[in-house]
Amino acid sequence: MTHAQPATAPRTMYEKVWDAHVVIPESPDAPAVLAIDLHLIHEVTSPQAFATLRERGLRVRRPGRTLATLDHSIPTLPRRADGSLPILNNDAARQIELLAAHCREFGVHLHDLDSADQGIVHVMGPDLGATQPGMTIVCGDSHTSTHGAFGALAFGIGTSEVAQVLATQCLLQRRSGTMCVDVSGQLPEGVTPKDMILAIIAHIGVGGGTGCVIEYRGEAVRALSMEGRMTVCNMSIEAGARAGMIAPDQTTFDHIRGRAMAPTGEAWERAIEQWRSIASDVGAVFDRSVALNASGLEPMVTWGTSPEDAIPVTGLIPEPAGDSRRDRALRYMNFEGGEPIAGRAVDTVFIGSCTNSRIEDLRAAAQVFRGNRVADGVRALVVPGSASVKRQAQAEGLAEVFVQAGCEWREPGCSMCIAMNGDLVEPGKLAISTSNRNFEGRQGPGARTLLASPLTAAAAAVTGVVTDPRELINEPVTAGGVS
Amino acid sequence: MNPLRVVTSRVVVLPDQNVDTDRIIPARFLTTTGSEGLGAYAFNDWRIDATGSPRPDFPFNDTRAEGAEILVAGHNFGCGSSREHAAWALREIGIRVVISSEIADIFRANAARNGILPIVIDKSNHAKLLTAAFQELTVDLERCEIRSEQLGVMEFPVDAFMRRCLLEGVDHLGYLLTKLDAIEAYEGAAS
Repeated sequence: MTHAQPATAPRTMYEKVWDAHVVIPESPDAPAVLAIDLHLIHEVTSPQAFATLRERGLRVRRPGRTLATLDHSIPTLPRRADGSLPILNNDAARQIELLAAHCREFGVHLHDLDSADQGIVHVMGPDLGATQPGMTIVCGDSHTSTHGAFGALAFGIGTSEVAQVLATQCLLQRRSGTMCVDVSGQLPEGVTPKDMILAIIAHIGVGGGTGCVIEYRGEAVRALSMEGRMTVCNMSIEAGARAGMIAPDQTTFDHIRGRAMAPTGEAWERAIEQWRSIASDVGAVFDRSVALNASGLEPMVTWGTSPEDAIPVTGLIPEPAGDSRRDRALRYMNFEGGEPIAGRAVDTVFIGSCTNSRIEDLRAAAQVFRGNRVADGVRALVVPGSASVKRQAQAEGLAEVFVQAGCEWREPGCSMCIAMNGDLVEPGKLAISTSNRNFEGRQGPGARTLLASPLTAAAAAVTGVVTDPRELINEPVTAGGVS
Repeated sequence: MNPLRVVTSRVVVLPDQNVDTDRIIPARFLTTTGSEGLGAYAFNDWRIDATGSPRPDFPFNDTRAEGAEILVAGHNFGCGSSREHAAWALREIGIRVVISSEIADIFRANAARNGILPIVIDKSNHAKLLTAAFQELTVDLERCEIRSEQLGVMEFPVDAFMRRCLLEGVDHLGYLLTKLDAIEAYEGAAS
């Protein structure tokens, strides 16, 4: 099976980016060899890959196209008085040391904890302007789909593939199917990009995008800021799609311009011209298409242990149905089923993660926290996605709002989303989180997670119960939404 | 990578849909810097309770699961995180074949690169296989068929390259390194 088409046939954005990176086309007997423009690495999924290189006497082929940071295993508490880091355990400390050692040995630029650019890998890349339209971007992390917000083809890979990319700057890949998610209308006030993507996943299912790259389009998607687009593309993997993409436009270019790794001068003009050409052609055919209208969406929250278990915050938790998955999820979450999700008491609130830790997310949360206090008995963590986001939040006075409200304002990192770094939800506790996964034990053994937007999470923090954030907002909210 | 041709073994069935890689290997065990030793934590929080006692209703705790090399799983197995640790953990507990009606993309690729054959089979055969707990099954990659006394013969589709790599124990990185001339030509043209 070859996918070669006449040059005049309309192509999707995915097909254009794919075609531009084919080193050797795929055939029935072998996958394509695909060139990778940007390889992001972190401490958890890279040590075994570097070990493979060392065993085989290989070098990193393109160190200049490889960027490293620390995010998963690091503490988000500040350094101790003696300057040491409160690292969870010796294994985590070893991972952190090894990444630094590997980067020195192989000549890779590490944005370490003292760097002005350190951050969650999917916040750092766009912060630096390293993430650009039309690129192929990979990382040993499934939320690499985030970078598709810029019109890049970006997807998560396993550690064996990390070794392949380090050694050859290429990957063996079969072409994916294509899926179009068209969102018309306008997001109502108080309804955010997080609510949009949770609604999409609830609609197509947690495996609905398996085997596909999703392209998000339509009026409501075009209206999103880059932060909002990143939130949407980030959770493509929660629908089973390895990648999500949004066509680059003026919003994209304005976001990239002036960043450290962005092109300048004549190169910028040439880049814009090229970036404008990668949107899907009129008449391009997708394998599958889904349409939603944003105007009827409400703030969403999950009740179960799969991201597809999302319902409007005004809705009812589904009743048991003799369906083993639903019944197991209800048991794990300790819900009877049939009761409203609003009004459930929460113990922990987590605002952060590669899904929702950017400046607009923090602005949205601060809007709810301003002049309010975290409810008694509730623990609220606010974790900026990167050192740069942290500085900006401090400069805008948001950090002070969080601290005044009684939140813990932390250092950048993955924190409670992955719960392998010391930040976790206690067994049995109910957390409302702006992260991406509500799987059993994801935020700690026995932890129960409700996924929601920064607005909805902040609203629960100040009331102590799951709350429709629209009840608390007096001013118009942009919330990473309408630009 | 050990070649895989024909596997005959008892089957463990995990009928749950959407078993994610956090359930296969919880994140707190990802602080390792190697790929060995993860089998001890496979399905950790599903296999044992908070006191460390084995949960009797977890199929891998059944004595009949001992030595099983074939896992039949519910729809959309291996969704979520890209952690290859999930494949390393399964390999270490002896799993050589995973069969489901859907297997998440990244897990499927990770499994194949670690000598585990991921089989995506049609829904009707999948439904039959879900009833085959602890029965003996033969998975024949040379003939692309599953055979059992109770269920007869079922054919399964498999990617030709994946099949060859598993049959011959081809190392993907080694294969890719044979393409360096083409990679250099591409880079020369692109720069």
